[in-house]
Amino acid sequence: MESHLRYLAAEVSTSTSRTLTITLFLIFVAITLAITIWASRQTKTATDYYAGGRSFSGFQNGMAIGGDYMSAASFLGIAGLIALYGYDGFLYSIGFLVAWLVALLLVAEFLRNSGRYTMADVLAFRMRQRPVRTAASVSTIVVSIFYLIAQMVGAGALVSLLLGIKANTTFLGMDADTAKVATIILVGALMIVYVVVGGMKGTTYVQIVKAILLMSGALVMTILVLAHYKFNLSSLLGDAAQQSGKGAAFLEPGLRYGVEKPAAIDTFYSKMDLLSLGIALVLGTAGLPHILTRFYTVPTARIARKSVLWAIGIIGTFYLFTLALGFGAAALVGGTAITAQDKAGNTAAPQLAQALGVRYLGGETGGAVLLAIIAAVAFATILAVVAGLTLASSSSVAHDFYASVVKRGAASERDEVRVARIAAFVIGAIAITLSIFAQSLNVAFLVALAFAVAASGNLPAILYSLFWKKFNTSGALWAIYGGLVSAIVLVFFSPVVSGSATAMFPDSDWHWFPLSNPGIISIPIGFLCGWIGTVISKEDDTDKYAELEVRSLTGFGAH
Amino acid sequence: MTTDVPPTETAKYVAVQQSAEFLELRKRLRSFVFPMTIAFFLWYALYVLLSAYARGFMGAKIVGNINVALLFGLLQFVSTFVIAWLYSRYAAQKLDPIADKIKDEMGGM
Repeated sequence: MESHLRYLAAEVSTSTSRTLTITLFLIFVAITLAITIWASRQTKTATDYYAGGRSFSGFQNGMAIGGDYMSAASFLGIAGLIALYGYDGFLYSIGFLVAWLVALLLVAEFLRNSGRYTMADVLAFRMRQRPVRTAASVSTIVVSIFYLIAQMVGAGALVSLLLGIKANTTFLGMDADTAKVATIILVGALMIVYVVVGGMKGTTYVQIVKAILLMSGALVMTILVLAHYKFNLSSLLGDAAQQSGKGAAFLEPGLRYGVEKPAAIDTFYSKMDLLSLGIALVLGTAGLPHILTRFYTVPTARIARKSVLWAIGIIGTFYLFTLALGFGAAALVGGTAITAQDKAGNTAAPQLAQALGVRYLGGETGGAVLLAIIAAVAFATILAVVAGLTLASSSSVAHDFYASVVKRGAASERDEVRVARIAAFVIGAIAITLSIFAQSLNVAFLVALAFAVAASGNLPAILYSLFWKKFNTSGALWAIYGGLVSAIVLVFFSPVVSGSATAMFPDSDWHWFPLSNPGIISIPIGFLCGWIGTVISKEDDTDKYAELEVRSLTGFGAH
Repeated sequence: MTTDVPPTETAKYVAVQQSAEFLELRKRLRSFVFPMTIAFFLWYALYVLLSAYARGFMGAKIVGNINVALLFGLLQFVSTFVIAWLYSRYAAQKLDPIADKIKDEMGGM
């Protein structure tokens, strides 16, 4: 009854909310575009374009890392998973956070000390440049495109809720599906502008603004949820469990991952899938190109360390908020209302905002206002993350592929930056096209796939490069291509792509790999391939390793 | 620039890499980050394994509706914050001074 009333209220306030969401979003776009244009005037050299002039402080970059990392997957996806499946959504938060220790202890400072603009700078440091840079560039683009699709799908899922487009109704003459496609194209076009015009400096400021907005929005909602339960976590959990209709099981692992099934083999696969997801989450972060390039935006490795510490604090706090948001949505919105809007749960957080607004900010108008604010924040989130991803992959195309492989190191800075801008256009266009085909998948889940690909294709090569003296060109190529190909092949033949109701191609079935996350197989393959590739090659440049090791540990000669 | 004939770049790096100071830096770094990485990875793996295979244990209630699973998850947050803090302290005390010293000496070579 109560939810029915809320639904009616929502109908009445749809137009208020719609106008407000669009207004707020346009304000965000106007502010960030102004920043972008300002940043473009400061962008003169390649270092400005790729690394924001290395001028950011630890705190600024920590915020920007948070902005790059707290994607639609974190905000919409995890909150949605917790709202629908309870505790299992929390597994994502934990994996995503613990992963930062890999980046802090093993990667960030050494990468900053020995590289210039891209991940490949470190991978190719003591190797033959052209093959290794080509491989690193391919893997950067593949990981980024997986991640981009996840963000764009999030934008598509949001739009019909935000604009209040129900079945059989239209907005500006568009039905829900057309509006989704239009949103994806709009988001894609904006991200291209940010990247092409603002470079790393503009993109970093966009991340910072977005991180502040997202943290504030999540904080307000968390406080409202907790206040509703008189700051008693136990009664929030109790109500969430009751409203979910699943009872105590809602608060325990096992509703979504590692589900017990009638056939023993299915239970086994289901548990393996959980372990696979866990490994991919924790090892993926330090292989994400758009995160790695963030370490180059600060002057020294020590400040890179500081920025990771800030990032861990900000991201950890945010994931604690998502716990309240997810359980809050389960309790106050309810699973039925959430799945009615979006089957994968991606709209749980904005729906919670609306419910909270109705209760605490003066009825239906309040609901419309809070929904509009949170929706605009979510759009800002998506926009900022896609910009970061596009920047990282276009940088790799220009710096690694064009300058080193095509021009053999003879490209001028101007030329390189020009190519980076063209590449941003092309990658943006590819991402827009692919996103239109992946709309039924949960956003957090898509990001987990990107993490698996990054952990398989990039992380083994990065760790071997930094810490293994014997690692060589052949090893690097084997590690990158081996990890990358095994991850992608396994995803392609998994139930995510075909052979299940929620697959990208639900009507076909060519799957033979039983797990939906490939990490548990493909990450060890990446490490194993790196080792095999190294030992079968005679190349052994220990002198060059001396240079890499001395520079990466001391910061001597850092750019 | 120094007045001496500079050694080749490569020879310079090899010499530094084999110097007692650098070996000490590497030892200090690796003796912290490798065991710590193994430790947090095992601690996290334990959490994931318990989530998969010890449902009864994870579902046990501690206070009200707060169960072992939630507490275990929150402890992962705590351990992450603590390890990050320990590393920053260790690095500032044990790694940075020696790295600076090596870097300064190299600048004069």
